[in-house]
Amino acid sequence: MRRTTLPLHAVAWIVGAFILVPIVYALLGGFKSTDQLSTNPFGLPDPWVTENYTQVLGSGSFWRQLWNSTFIAVATTAIVVLLSAMAAYVFARFAFRGRELLFTVFTVGLMFPFAVAILPIFVMLRTLGLLDNPLGVILTQAAFGLPLTIIILRGFFRSVPGEIEEAATIDGCTPFGFFWRILLPMARPALATVSVLAVVGSWNNFMLPLVVFSDEAAWTLPLGVQQFQGQYTSDIARVLAYLVLAMLPALGFYAVAERHLIGGLTAGATKG
Amino acid sequence: MTTLTRGRQAPAPAARARPPRRRRRPWMTITLFVLPALVLFLLLVVAPIAVALYASAFKWNGFGGLPTNFVGWDNFTRLFGTEVFRQDVWHLGVIILLSLGVQLPFSLAIAMLLHRRVRGRAVYRLVFFAPYVLSEVITGVLFSLLLSPDAGLANQLLGAFGLESAWLADTGTVLPSVFLVMTWKYFGFHMMIYLAGRQNIPEELIEAAQIDGATPWRVFRHVTLPLLGPTIRISVFLSVIYTIQLFDLVWILTEGGPSHASETMAVTMMEFGFGRNQVGYASAISVVMFGLSLVFALVYQRFVMRRDLEGAATSMGDHR
Repeated sequence: MRRTTLPLHAVAWIVGAFILVPIVYALLGGFKSTDQLSTNPFGLPDPWVTENYTQVLGSGSFWRQLWNSTFIAVATTAIVVLLSAMAAYVFARFAFRGRELLFTVFTVGLMFPFAVAILPIFVMLRTLGLLDNPLGVILTQAAFGLPLTIIILRGFFRSVPGEIEEAATIDGCTPFGFFWRILLPMARPALATVSVLAVVGSWNNFMLPLVVFSDEAAWTLPLGVQQFQGQYTSDIARVLAYLVLAMLPALGFYAVAERHLIGGLTAGATKG
Repeated sequence: MTTLTRGRQAPAPAARARPPRRRRRPWMTITLFVLPALVLFLLLVVAPIAVALYASAFKWNGFGGLPTNFVGWDNFTRLFGTEVFRQDVWHLGVIILLSLGVQLPFSLAIAMLLHRRVRGRAVYRLVFFAPYVLSEVITGVLFSLLLSPDAGLANQLLGAFGLESAWLADTGTVLPSVFLVMTWKYFGFHMMIYLAGRQNIPEELIEAAQIDGATPWRVFRHVTLPLLGPTIRISVFLSVIYTIQLFDLVWILTEGGPSHASETMAVTMMEFGFGRNQVGYASAISVVMFGLSLVFALVYQRFVMRRDLEGAATSMGDHR
C-alpha cells in the first residue's frame, strides 16, 4: 500500500498556490506603487513603498470602520448568544405542550434566505428611524442568527445529565440559578463555538449594512472596502493595501479561533 | 458530584419519579426565557417575510405604511415575462450545475487527499479554509483587480502562454469567472465538511475492503462514497440554498453585468427595490427566491435527507 506521497504534495501545492497567490499578490502589491505593479507584477517590490499602508493607517476612516465592525459584531454576538441560550435552555430541559412546535418555528427560520426579508426590514427600520443606527443592523443580525444558535445550544444543553440539575434543585437552585451558574459555565465550549460563528457572520455581512448605512460615519469595513475601491479605481496598489489591512483582523481571528470556527461550522452544517 | 450525591440516596428516586421542576410554576420560567428570542424572531424574521409575501401583490414604492394599490398577480406575470429575470433563473441553474459538478467533487477529492497522513496536512487544511473567513467584499474586490483585463495578475500570468481572457468583462466568460471566485472562497468549507464526515467512517471498513483486494478506486466508490452520503447531501443542500440568494460576490465583482450576463435574482431584486423604488415588484422577486428555497428545502429533506438526519446530527461536532 505504501507509495510515494509526491503526487499528493504536488496537487496540494498547486491548490495551495491557487489560494495563496491572490493573497500574497495583494500583500506585496500594497508595497509597490501602481506603476511598479504593471512593470513588475511578480517580483518583490523594488523599492519597497510603505506609503500605501501608512496612508490607510493614518486615515481616520479605516479605524472608524474597524471600530464599527467590531462594535456591531460584539453586540450582535452578545444578544444572539444570550437570547438563544435562554430559549435553548427551555427547549432542552422543560417539557410542555407546544414545545416542539415552537422549536420548529425557529428551525424553519434556517431556510429563510436573508435576501427575502431585506426590503421589508429596510422599510421597517426607516419607519422606526433606525437607518444609520448600528442597532438596526445589530438586532436584525441577531434575529437571523437565532435559529442556528438555538439548535446548536439546545443539542449541547440536552447532553448535560439530568442528575446535575436534580442535585442543584435539591440544593435549592432556582431554574434561573441552574441556568446561570451551572448550565452556562458548563456550556463554555458550545458558547465559544456559537459566538465565533456569530462574530464571523456579522463581520462579513454586507447586504444589510449596505442598505441601512448611508452615512459614512456608520460604515463597517466591507462597506469601506467597496467604497475605497470605487474611489481609487486607478490606484490599484493603494486598494490592495486597504484590502490587506481589512483582511488582517479576520485572518487573525481565524488563527486564534480556528478550532471553534470549524467545529461550529461542521456541527452547524450537519445539524441544519 | 460524588460528594454531592452521597448521603442523599433516599430522595433521589423520589426526585426521579417526580422531577422537581414540575412542582414549581414552570410557565413563568418558560415564558420569560423564550419570549425575548421569540419577539425578536417574529419581529425581524417572520414579519418581514410575511410583509414581502403581502407586498408582492401590490404596486408599492415602499412609502406610507402598508401598500394599498392591489394588483394581484401582475408583478409575477410581469416578472416571468422579463428577459432579465429569465436570465437570472438560467444563471442560477448554471451556477448550481457548476457547483455540484465541479466545485463539490473538487472539494471531495482534496478532502480525500488530505485525509491521508501526508506531511503538513494540517497546514494545507488551514490554508485551504482561510478564504472562507474573508468577507465576500474583500474576495470580490481582490478578484476584480486580479481579473481586470489589462492590468490584472491573471492576464499577466497567462499572457505568457497566450491565454488572456476578458474574464469579468465579457458576457461569455463572466459566469465561469464568478464561479471561479466562488470556488476559491468556498471549496475549503466543503472540504472541511467532507473531512469531518470522512473522519467518522471507521477505518476497519476501509481496511476490510482493502484486504479483500479492492483497488483504491473501488474502495472509494463502493465504501467511502456511500458512507459519506449524508455529508455530501448536506453540502449539496447548503450550496444550492446559498446560490439561490447569491448577491454580495456578484454585486462586488460585476453588479450583474456586463449587460446582465451575471445577474442573479437577488441583484435584480436589489436594483428594483432600492434603485427604482419598485418595492412591490422587487418583493415578487424575493418571493420567488423564498419559494425556491422553501420548495427545495422541503422536497430535499423529505426525499433525500430524511434517512440521514438522525445519523448525521449525532455524528459530527467533536471530531477533533
